Amino acid sequence: MKLGILINEGPYQHQASDSAYLFCKAALEKGHEIFRVFFYHDGVNNASRLTEPPQDDRNVVLRWSKLAETHHLDLVVCVAAALRRGIKDENLAPGFRISGLGQLVEAGIQADRLVTFGD
Amino acid sequence: MSEDNIKKFMFVNRKAPYGTVYALEALEVVLITAAFDQDVSLVFVDDGVYQLRKGQQTKGIETKNFSPTFRALEGYDIEKLYVEKESLQRRGLTEEDLLVEVTVLDSAAMGALMDEQDVILSF
Repeated sequence: MKLGILINEGPYQHQASDSAYLFCKAALEKGHEIFRVFFYHDGVNNASRLTEPPQDDRNVVLRWSKLAETHHLDLVVCVAAALRRGIKDENLAPGFRISGLGQLVEAGIQADRLVTFGD
Repeated sequence: MSEDNIKKFMFVNRKAPYGTVYALEALEVVLITAAFDQDVSLVFVDDGVYQLRKGQQTKGIETKNFSPTFRALEGYDIEKLYVEKESLQRRGLTEEDLLVEVTVLDSAAMGALMDEQDVILSF
């Protein structure tokens, strides 16, 4: 199945990004395709390479970057939401790109299922 | 865009218009989706019904009053607005309190409508 993923909450504050990550990993292992992961609302904070969690905690941002590299995932951050929150190309973690909301709509159109993680 | 690429997008608005950014940013997705010529409908449930309340004034909290955008939706060919009856009743509201024309459905009818959708985005 072709899946689109929407993440609406930031890292550490909320479990949305963790659950989405584990969902994507499990889906990929089962042979499903992840068409795109789209970050919206505070979810754009998942793309900040300035994030520095304590050493005994998981690194949410780095995990996404690694998953993207391994599986050639398309991690897209909404430009309007990102600029509001100070996420720009200069502090974007590897594997992420900034683009418009049209990318979310396209994921809705192209994917068999669009799965939302958030409140 | 060909017929094959038109999907039924439903936006479920559940939160009050101010206090969090969900409602405002949801509306941004709605407008973009309409620009992609998709079949768009909006649902208002729970505190989301307050988004359509007449007479919103936001000066005191120094945030943008975006409620006029709901009146402009018709211009984007977005005409399917549904409000859950129970959510209105629980908040002492009626259709007359809302700033646009809507279809009021009970929760069972709303559930049936959701069943018909291809993509549901909930904010």
